[in-house]
Amino acid sequence: MSVESTEIHRSQFMRDVMAETPDGERIVHCLQCGSCGGSCPNGPEMTYTPRAIFAMIAANRRDDVLASNTMWCCVSCYFCTARCPQEIPITETMYTLKRMAIREGKATEGDAPALARTFTGFVDKYGRAFELGIATRYLMLNKPMSMLKGMGMGMGMFARGRLSLRPTKIRQTAQLQAIISKARELGKPEKRSGGAS
Amino acid sequence: MKYAYYPGCSLEVNSAAYDISVRAVMEKVGLQLDELDDWNCCGATEYFTQDELVATSVIARNLALVDKGHDQLVAPCAACYLNLKKVDKLMCEHKDMNAKINQALAAGGLKYQAGRVRVRHLLDVIYHDVGEAALKAKVVQPLTGLRVAPYYGCQVVRPLNGFDNPEYPMKMDEMFMWLGAEVVDYPVKSHCCGGHMTQLSEDMAFELIRRLLQSADDYKADLILTMCPMCQLNMDAYQGRVNNYFNTNFHLPIVFFTQLLGVALGIDMKKLGFGKELVTAEPVIRAKLEGQTAGAKA
Repeated sequence: MSVESTEIHRSQFMRDVMAETPDGERIVHCLQCGSCGGSCPNGPEMTYTPRAIFAMIAANRRDDVLASNTMWCCVSCYFCTARCPQEIPITETMYTLKRMAIREGKATEGDAPALARTFTGFVDKYGRAFELGIATRYLMLNKPMSMLKGMGMGMGMFARGRLSLRPTKIRQTAQLQAIISKARELGKPEKRSGGAS
Repeated sequence: MKYAYYPGCSLEVNSAAYDISVRAVMEKVGLQLDELDDWNCCGATEYFTQDELVATSVIARNLALVDKGHDQLVAPCAACYLNLKKVDKLMCEHKDMNAKINQALAAGGLKYQAGRVRVRHLLDVIYHDVGEAALKAKVVQPLTGLRVAPYYGCQVVRPLNGFDNPEYPMKMDEMFMWLGAEVVDYPVKSHCCGGHMTQLSEDMAFELIRRLLQSADDYKADLILTMCPMCQLNMDAYQGRVNNYFNTNFHLPIVFFTQLLGVALGIDMKKLGFGKELVTAEPVIRAKLEGQTAGAKA
């Protein structure tokens, strides 16, 4: 590996991940200690633990990382983040990898992108999460069998008044939508000015 | 003391028991909650999966809506609490994000000055702003004889906590000791309930839920106390399916901490949202508390 003067070598992929993650510059400090994978409730389900993912990011293995199931196993419990001795924002890095995988068409693992799309679609429209609408739409389109299995539970919820048939809507949906459109425009990756300041 | 109140979408219908009991308890302890006008969904984890600037701007709209008369915003839901607090912190620490989020807000005629609103979780507010002495003084029905397992989950205690330990939180434990309950010290109180994983992979989600129920059951808890609508839903509504999946026979009521706190403060159970849980809580609470009264008489 050729290292120019004292600058640490960083792969292009690492630079991209760092730029898109608040406090992402901490990533270079990964010690490969494995506290993250060992703390993760879904560590055993992952093809690569977060520790391995950080090594792969450093090694520029973009495709392998983005096609992996690692970030889709993440439940955002923040145990890894709380325990990382190098204060790497690991959970936030998982969000970055989720976004990159979706954007680059590599998100082949599981239904999380579909759930996210359905969920935010309803919030974009109403300003509130309409649970019954989200679950029904998402499950019908992605996991119809799961919907059947959950029918009994759904009836129990409905009987106790815990499911509404109608969405609630905020008054200022136009305002919310204007904010979302503007944010979407400003947040386009090519317009990024490079993360933390 | 008065606070702006951000109930969050789950508390509207699905976890109305939390909202009802929060309002009843806060009135009883003399803290004023003013619901944030026209608040929107915090986006849970779903916007962050797609677009960070949209995620943070959607959340920031709520911070911007807090009027001049309030400088604290209280959230009872773990995800809402983390999201609101996280965005305020990001805006304080990252000038670039602060500028972009405010540009997005400006498209809706709003602006938010980073750091103006102090975001707090309800547990923090009741624990610190009411405090031990005042709470103990208001106890009408001590919870003696009832074995409760306080469950904190993830996003209130990690990563931006500041009022409790991220690995071994104690504030809810202490509060229920004040109220006279037998507090179960079990090892998974800040482990994960799986969040939205129930919608993605039942294999993964059910195992996470099972671990919590198993541990509370091993330690002979009568019920689990939660402070998050997601945790309540996963452990309560999915309990039957988890039992089927693992061939187990758990029967653990999952109660919002404000519901049981309300009982201790002498509020009628009917006014605390009991009966909405799928695993019925009222019989075990009544049996234990009446057992205590009978015991005292004998």
